[in-house]
Amino acid sequence: MAYKRQIDRLPIIPADAKKHNVVCHYCIVGCGYHAYSWPANRQGGTAPGSNAFGVDLSEQQPAETEAWYAPSMYNLVKQDGRDHHLVIKPDKACSVNAGLGSVRGARMAEMSFSEARSTQQQRLTDPQVWRYGQLQPTSWEDALDLVARVTAAVVEEQGEDGLIVSAFDHGGAGGGYENTWGTGKLYFGAMKVKNIRIHNRPAYNSEVHATRDMGVGELNNAYEDAELADTIVAVGTNALETQTNYFLNHWVPNLRGSSLSKKQEMMPDEPHEAARIVVVDPRRTVTVNACEIEAGKDRVLHLPIRSGSDLALFNAIFAYIADQGWVDRDFIEASTSRDAPPRPPLYPERGVSDAKPGHLTSFEAAVEGCRLSLDEAAAITGLDPADIVKAAEWIAQPKAGGKRRRTMFSYEKGLIWGNDNYRTNGALVNLALATGNVGRLGGGVVRMGGHQEGYVRPADGHVGRPSAYVDQLLISGQGGVHHVWACDHYKTTLNAHAFKAAYKKRTDMVKDAMSSVPWGDRELMVETIMAAIRQGGLFAVDVDIVPTKIGEACHVVLPAATSGEMNLTSMNGERRMRLTERYMDPPGQAMPDCLIAARLANHLERVLREAGRASYADQFTGFDWQSEEDAFMDGYHANAGGGEHVTYERLRVMGTNGFQEPAVGFENGRIVGTERLYTDGNFSTADGKARFMDAPWRGLQAPGKTEQQAAYRFLINNGRANQVWQSAYLDVENDFVMERWPYPFIEMHPEDMAELGVGQGDLVEVYNEAGATQAMAYPTPTARRGETFMLFAYPTGVQGNVVNAGTNELVIPNYKQTWGDIRKIADAPRNVRTISFKSKEYSVD
Amino acid sequence: MARCSKLVDIGRRQFLRGGAAAAAGAAASVAAPGPGRAATPGARVDYPSTRLANLSELAPNEPLYVAYPDDQAPGVLLKLGQRVEGGVGPDGDVVGFTTSCPHKGFPLSYSAASRTFNCPGHYSVFDPERGGQQVWGQATQNLPQYVLRVDGQGDIYAEGLDELLYGRLSNVL
Repeated sequence: MAYKRQIDRLPIIPADAKKHNVVCHYCIVGCGYHAYSWPANRQGGTAPGSNAFGVDLSEQQPAETEAWYAPSMYNLVKQDGRDHHLVIKPDKACSVNAGLGSVRGARMAEMSFSEARSTQQQRLTDPQVWRYGQLQPTSWEDALDLVARVTAAVVEEQGEDGLIVSAFDHGGAGGGYENTWGTGKLYFGAMKVKNIRIHNRPAYNSEVHATRDMGVGELNNAYEDAELADTIVAVGTNALETQTNYFLNHWVPNLRGSSLSKKQEMMPDEPHEAARIVVVDPRRTVTVNACEIEAGKDRVLHLPIRSGSDLALFNAIFAYIADQGWVDRDFIEASTSRDAPPRPPLYPERGVSDAKPGHLTSFEAAVEGCRLSLDEAAAITGLDPADIVKAAEWIAQPKAGGKRRRTMFSYEKGLIWGNDNYRTNGALVNLALATGNVGRLGGGVVRMGGHQEGYVRPADGHVGRPSAYVDQLLISGQGGVHHVWACDHYKTTLNAHAFKAAYKKRTDMVKDAMSSVPWGDRELMVETIMAAIRQGGLFAVDVDIVPTKIGEACHVVLPAATSGEMNLTSMNGERRMRLTERYMDPPGQAMPDCLIAARLANHLERVLREAGRASYADQFTGFDWQSEEDAFMDGYHANAGGGEHVTYERLRVMGTNGFQEPAVGFENGRIVGTERLYTDGNFSTADGKARFMDAPWRGLQAPGKTEQQAAYRFLINNGRANQVWQSAYLDVENDFVMERWPYPFIEMHPEDMAELGVGQGDLVEVYNEAGATQAMAYPTPTARRGETFMLFAYPTGVQGNVVNAGTNELVIPNYKQTWGDIRKIADAPRNVRTISFKSKEYSVD
Repeated sequence: MARCSKLVDIGRRQFLRGGAAAAAGAAASVAAPGPGRAATPGARVDYPSTRLANLSELAPNEPLYVAYPDDQAPGVLLKLGQRVEGGVGPDGDVVGFTTSCPHKGFPLSYSAASRTFNCPGHYSVFDPERGGQQVWGQATQNLPQYVLRVDGQGDIYAEGLDELLYGRLSNVL
């Protein structure tokens, strides 16, 4: 049976309920919500005066009403130790989402920890340690003492390189400015840890080094620009599923033509039409379908390129628009470097070093360096040359009266986790710079984003570039202690099969050693752990809000608080910074990550002093924060650009609209922000001039990809589903989601399925030389033969198992270009037989 | 007019293509008076038992527009032609669903070709052959389904719902 809650009414929010500002803690878009809470023994009524909406709730409310909330938006949680009703509902006054809730964010309340309603009972409530052969609860003092002693001992023997760290670097849940600062001050301030990686990639690096090297920060426009553009270019982004309300609230109005009056008002001296859109994606997505519905098929150009050939497409468009003269000469002269240094000696195969896989140069040199003919690009991408020309026209051909076309370029994981990340990113930014589409209304060249952002840390230059390939260090037996902050590599890394095998072996050595000595003898325990580490073992500490797959291998597990259980600040994909206010208690003894980092620093300082290492101990001072606000003031307020204008008190006043970073002042009780970057034509380089990139095509760049493509029958493309947030770490306990996707789907053409003897819902094995995993076959007539798409990072079938270890020079993983074979494992199990396998595309036919 | 006028007035062209014409027939049902108010309210709302149609009025895969549990709550009866979850009638193939999208309350249209309900607001798709499961979309509920009963004369009664309807914090107002 389809999952039904059997809820036929909900408690009504009383007129005097508390109301807190909330920003959805899942995706980059950061939709505005409000949390309403009131004591468990009270309720509002249907009369206008007795509910928070001031309307008569005994009447049916209309579509898009503010006076309704779904059962998923309701829960019973603890506030100051007492049960309270909680409703978290979208905010109509927030400019980001205008009252829209996505299938992820609109479940925030239901995904909260509730003992009364038994939701998220998986949440970690107490520190746990490996004691008597299993994880057992203990006190913070006990757990942190052990972590500090083992960490100090490893650092003493191996130096700080013996401490390997995996840590979030983003905003939203499992991140935010408070927590990136807390962990950053510990590892980059007190220590200079360089063997560190991020939650979704095996190194500490930018996903978009290229655009930054070119002087163009990757979040440079405003969401409003999607309403103003003549053309939107969407590369490797399935925005309807993964940046849902940005798409619905800002792209759709332009595609539909309903933002026309706004365009005419803001840009009166040029002709305007509804937007056109170019979608570059090997797969037909629900985003393509929605664009066709809204704009009409004749205004949507879906370019279903061969997987990994984006760079060739962009380079051909670049040459074509340059040859046509469809470029912004004034902008190029005024705002980009006219300097064209010679190519590095091994170019185009290699850059001057692995740190610089591209070559920064002038517009003219970039055009010639990148040049591909339409026919060459067509051969590489599999596209019709006429469609490449059409894309070039939609991107750059001047409008009536010779007016410059306003084109917004957006990209995400299809490019970021795709072939030759650096050059492909650079080649797309080339198009934006050539057409003058940065820092202007209706423009921008922006990543769409995954999580919100929330990065403020001490300088990280010591990490180096390229930074260490941390997974390879762990696999090859290096390091002695691993601190893991809200990362689950068992689900979200590449080469996951090999990683898990090595990691389990190393951590098991330490577990077995720990089980051989009594818990209470701390000195002996540390000595025993160290002996195991010297034999190749690894001591692992996991800080998270829920039990994770990698956490099963760990020796200490520390419970963290999440957004709403603490005050938390982040910024979204247009740099919009807001404060989510604390509206409920964290479970048990859970604490904000920033305070966990601070208490760990306190323990390290104590342990080091006791060991007589006073000067090293001194480095661990400055962690006397008692609240997340202390960490915010020490971090963001004191260190972020414009941070001096920003406090919790001011952010509370700014509500769910907040301000767009960087803050540039505080006037009339409001923080003054920055809607768009680079409006003055000065870019983020030493001389203020943006750079073009000479970025020629060089085939499948990452090691092993060409061979894999040749060896296996199916492309195992991979990505997200709208119902699931990240690695499903909370969704795994949500019946609504898990009933829909008990196993990761793999979209396959029905004829491919027939040839393999696979029926809908059958469990299949996906395998190649890197590993094997499982998925549930989802017949998809729009899929191309031989090209599949598998849900990424899912707990019941980890796609990363079959992604090989190959990365680009800067250690950016290449998840998307994966090939494998597929064979049937079993008929659809019971929990699959009841689910729908119909097309995900909206249709009225 | 039995349907909530505000819902109809949303004016999405897709909806008009999808089934507004059939909506005119929605007035066929009349909510029966609910059971008498109990001295102590029950733990759940008291659903009316409402005759929506007779089996003879249903043609395979053609939606019959109804309303339940009152005339402000548009819905549909469907004879799917194969036994399904929650299906009643001699073939176990008659189901009933709300037609207000549980995401934002837009009126759903029925696609006879794919046998799905489709929302013109935000492209959500629901499968009546799988208990109203959201195939894809933004709602955080599967589609509220009617609890149906068929009597000896073939009259179809709705007697309950399994999820909260959009736009009301109590399924029975």
